[in-house]
Amino acid sequence: MTAALAIRDLKKTYRNGHIALKGISLEVAEGDFFALLGPNGAGKSTTIGIVTSLVNKSAGEVSIFGHDLETDLAAAKSCIGLVPQEFNFNQFEPVGEIVANQAGYYGIERRQALGRAEQYLRRLGLWEKRRGMARELSGGMKRRLMIARALVHEPRLLILDEPTAGVDIEIRRSMWDFLREINANGTTIILTTHYLEEAESMCRNIAIMDEGELIENTSTRRLLNTLHMETFILDIADPLEKLPDLPGHSVRLVDECTIEADICRDKVINDLFADLSAQGIRILSMRNKTNRLEQLFVRLVEGGSSEAG
Amino acid sequence: MTPQQKLTALRTIVTREILRFARIWIQTVLPPMITTALYFIIFGNLIGSQIGDMDGFRYMEFIIPGIIMMSVITNSYANVVSSFYGSKFQRHIEEMLVSPVPNYIILTGFITGGVTRGLVVGCAVTLVSLLFNPLSIYNLWVMLSMIVLTAILFALAGFINAIYARTFDDISIIPTFVLTPLTYLGGIFYSINMLPEFWQKASLANPILYMINAFRYGFLGITDISLLASYSISIGFIVVLYTFSIYLLRKGQGIRT
Repeated sequence: MTAALAIRDLKKTYRNGHIALKGISLEVAEGDFFALLGPNGAGKSTTIGIVTSLVNKSAGEVSIFGHDLETDLAAAKSCIGLVPQEFNFNQFEPVGEIVANQAGYYGIERRQALGRAEQYLRRLGLWEKRRGMARELSGGMKRRLMIARALVHEPRLLILDEPTAGVDIEIRRSMWDFLREINANGTTIILTTHYLEEAESMCRNIAIMDEGELIENTSTRRLLNTLHMETFILDIADPLEKLPDLPGHSVRLVDECTIEADICRDKVINDLFADLSAQGIRILSMRNKTNRLEQLFVRLVEGGSSEAG
Repeated sequence: MTPQQKLTALRTIVTREILRFARIWIQTVLPPMITTALYFIIFGNLIGSQIGDMDGFRYMEFIIPGIIMMSVITNSYANVVSSFYGSKFQRHIEEMLVSPVPNYIILTGFITGGVTRGLVVGCAVTLVSLLFNPLSIYNLWVMLSMIVLTAILFALAGFINAIYARTFDDISIIPTFVLTPLTYLGGIFYSINMLPEFWQKASLANPILYMINAFRYGFLGITDISLLASYSISIGFIVVLYTFSIYLLRKGQGIRT
């Protein structure tokens, strides 16, 4: 099967001498839901910029569904829909026009473009706003407008650069549902995000970039399996002044009603519960201290190696 | 893209460009009508009545073609420079850059928008001129072809200005310090035959002189310059500026990093 996105030895040096990409190679399979993660300045947006022809590459090859960006640019562009990080629409243009015009740039004739615009604006809850100027929309609505605009030509590959930044949790979750639905219908999705929970819950494969290099590229499941230890927060029923001795467990008293416990992957969590119960400590609830992927991400980026845990 | 798809893309850009200036007609169409009405009153009526005939025509008749042409030049340039720079500034030029629409369609779309505004304003100013003088046309084809060529040329110039502009100041420097002086010195209000010989020759370096004179020929049948020279210079500049604009778009100057 042809890869939705194939990148080979991609390099980018900006005019000021800054090396943004040091030669990354990456493949995203058709139908995948793929996360591209990395700290600020890692090179994610540069990579997306090159793939979407907004940034000129210094070296390397990029192809979209087999269409090379150098030799078959128009066909490659036709396959991509982009939701950029920054708002990049005309603030003084009506919402409906923005979406319908985008279809026009892809050669979709006006009547069909208006129909598609209606379909996606309704789906994303913006139909009532179609005649209003884009500047009148809230931040969450502007993000959804960019998603509608990116989908109006029905791309095979949808690239979202921080699509839920600054969006409240309710809208974020409805956007996640929408993206899952789009992906289930066959659209390949590449996502960059700072919400690692988002990547963990939605993406099947993950690549992590740092300082212009790819430091990890694997399936989400395999990556999470490399996490050797997880930290849990336990809320206890009766306040404690001091934590009793619990040999074989790495536990700390955070405050009189909260215990923090590090659990290795090769240990059974029931053992800890049994020992706590034996000491008369009753557990009310338990949760992860941080998102699992977040733990891994921090270790990978700070450690500079792929040995997590 | 198929030719039909390219045509759809072009139509989309042109419609968007026309709607853009039509939505703000109070800023784009009305001011030149008021300004030129003042020119006609002050220069044509009040001062013109003291000047007498110019090349066998009343002064008012003599200046009307130049003033129409000045409005066309200013507006076709202003439309493209402000629209394209605005799309860079707000980054919605990216909507086109990520799409498969070819560079020459993008350029043609913006230029057509600028030409349309130039011609709409030119017609509006012509209507205003009718309040002061009946319309006389000597050669309709020369008049129409020259105004369209001039609008294309200055729309292209506005496009190049917008490509290089990094701030809003950059889009007003050229119109203020280059375009306006060249237009005023391009023979709107006088015939270059009135100038000393040195300045007559110096005026020949001003491309706007050729366009205004050819346009005036279309109205009145008089010109200081040969029509062949006017057409050659206009078409020559268009070819050079168009080629350069395509080169800049392909290179991504000012729009791609």
